[in-house]
Amino acid sequence: MTDKTLYDKLWDSHVVREEADGTCLIYIDRHLMHEVTSPQAFEGLRLAARRPWRASSVVATADHNTPTDHWDDPDSGLKDPISRLQIETLDANIKDFGALVYFPFKHANQGIIHVIGPENGATLPGMTVVCGDSHTSTHGAFGALAHGIGTSEVEHVLATQTLVAKRSKRMLIKVDGKVGAGVTAKDIALAIIGKIGTAGGTGYAIEFGGSAIRDLSMEGRMTVCNLAIEGGARAGLIAPDAKTFEYLKGRPLAPKGADWDRAVAYWRTLTTDADAQFDAVVELDAATIQPQVTWGTSPEQVLAVGGRVPNPANEADPQKRAGIERALQYMGLAADTPITAIPVDKVFIGSCTNSRIEDLRAAAAVAKGKQKAASVKLVLVVPGSGMVKRQAEAEGLDKVFVAAGFEWREPGCSMCLAMNADRLEPGERCASTSNRNFEGRQGAGGRTHLVSPAMAAAAAIAGHFVDIRNF
Amino acid sequence: MKAFTQLNGLVCPLDRANVDTDAIIPKQFLKSIKRSGFGPYLFDEWRYSDTGQPGMDCMNRPLKKDFVLNQPRYQGAEVLLARDNFGCGSSREHAPWAIEDYGFRVIIAPSFADIFFGNCYKNGILPIVLPTETVDKLFKECAAEGYQLNVDLEKQTVTTPSGESFAFDITPHRKHCLQNGLDEIGLTLQHADVIKAFEAKHRAAQPWLFAN
Repeated sequence: MTDKTLYDKLWDSHVVREEADGTCLIYIDRHLMHEVTSPQAFEGLRLAARRPWRASSVVATADHNTPTDHWDDPDSGLKDPISRLQIETLDANIKDFGALVYFPFKHANQGIIHVIGPENGATLPGMTVVCGDSHTSTHGAFGALAHGIGTSEVEHVLATQTLVAKRSKRMLIKVDGKVGAGVTAKDIALAIIGKIGTAGGTGYAIEFGGSAIRDLSMEGRMTVCNLAIEGGARAGLIAPDAKTFEYLKGRPLAPKGADWDRAVAYWRTLTTDADAQFDAVVELDAATIQPQVTWGTSPEQVLAVGGRVPNPANEADPQKRAGIERALQYMGLAADTPITAIPVDKVFIGSCTNSRIEDLRAAAAVAKGKQKAASVKLVLVVPGSGMVKRQAEAEGLDKVFVAAGFEWREPGCSMCLAMNADRLEPGERCASTSNRNFEGRQGAGGRTHLVSPAMAAAAAIAGHFVDIRNF
Repeated sequence: MKAFTQLNGLVCPLDRANVDTDAIIPKQFLKSIKRSGFGPYLFDEWRYSDTGQPGMDCMNRPLKKDFVLNQPRYQGAEVLLARDNFGCGSSREHAPWAIEDYGFRVIIAPSFADIFFGNCYKNGILPIVLPTETVDKLFKECAAEGYQLNVDLEKQTVTTPSGESFAFDITPHRKHCLQNGLDEIGLTLQHADVIKAFEAKHRAAQPWLFAN
């Protein structure tokens, strides 16, 4: 059997050496970096008097702590001295150790690392891509083997350009058919997580295939791969195709001239062979997927918008029942409440899951000519990068948002994880386009419901969740 | 990294599935540029009734008395007994740093999230996967006050006070590193020539990966 999956092709082409127990050294092509998970790694290099193996593999930015407003103030809106120190530490470390590209805080092209990598052509098919960030799975949308690593591994990659790893199992998630109107990449991904569970992909690299995945734009594919980690898989993958090449052509760091032609010829081989075997296969019918809304404190606690919050009395497994009860209590929800009867206090449109131009267009199409509900305290629209922001402004999307009573902010991770000043207060409920509805994720005591950008915008206007298909 | 060989440790049960790394160490503590000092903030939102901030003195903070870490009988625990998918979510290594700094050296669960699982080994923590039925049994048994487990890495066994023993798996590579407290970077750099040779071949095949 010589037929290989895409994952095997990527893995095999990066094995530097292998031990008897299957532990491998894997060569790393692209090292993405942000301010939160890198300082201790650089400190480790310093203490051991080591230098980076290949600083030109590093693409870095500040995104997690950065404020999204008051950039013109004397303190640049960066009022928290601990956040400031972390950002300045990255500045200093890049200065000392070097990088291919660094977009510091307030640079015109600064943004969320998983948005700026692809848009600059720093993520290419066939690469291995790592970052001290679990949402590195995003880059798998280009047919790159991309996954999150810990800070010790950040240091290991800096010092050796390799990672110690074992081959993952391979899962194929096949989504065939056409999605209905109003159903987006986010809904496909949440429906997958609802089906396999947050640990369903543990130990696996997931390849997403099928006609509904092929039909997605690159932005949509990035959303799907971004959420692979919420299904437990460190890496998500989509085979590159003409859409991938079209997206990459002419990007600043993409190959040029003869290199481009040679690269594309190679990239075309990065598909799963016809008779390759997967360790697990999951199939979904795209036509049955409806707009999704999470109701609990784990991404697997998700329902179609027409559903009702579950009743723990209907769950036989005591562990699961306790989990539902705990989630309902934290979320302040009564069993059997219709999703569309749940009101929201704040809305967040952004994050590495849904802050790209297509996401902002979808939200603006819903908001156009409408007003946010008086009961909604704040609607934050945070573009994924400076490039996305400029594009959105060129299309007039910012004006649509502002006219609807939404706030148009500077790029960054913002209220996805609330390391900056954008956050929920205890008990506040949020419709969010981000990736995690964990307890306290968007602020201590905050309550998060994950949705698509269009569904978030619609909730902002109605004041509660609505089925975008009837909006 | 601290070496790990064997341990007789008090067991603390954390009876919920899908414990995520945001719960293990909330985001505000990730602003630190150090590797140490996270233990007092471990499970901060479950442990304290106020909102924790970096640098806060935790000695006088109001406690949520029902939370296991706050119960007198579990003080000094070195073994954390957990449920499925422990450590899911964010890749933050601050989670194992907080667990280790608090004093845990072993975590036993039916399953772990991949990134967290790998991060434990880099910090002298031994994560042990045991079958769900075994973990259920341990949860029941540790209702007895002062319940301890013996964990032996060389033999790859977890042994209960009654002498019942359960075997666990670990790769030879990880076992070797953990037993000897090895610096993995140093080990890898012993193969620097192999890495260089691979890099040269890789560059020749895909020169665009090395542009600039």
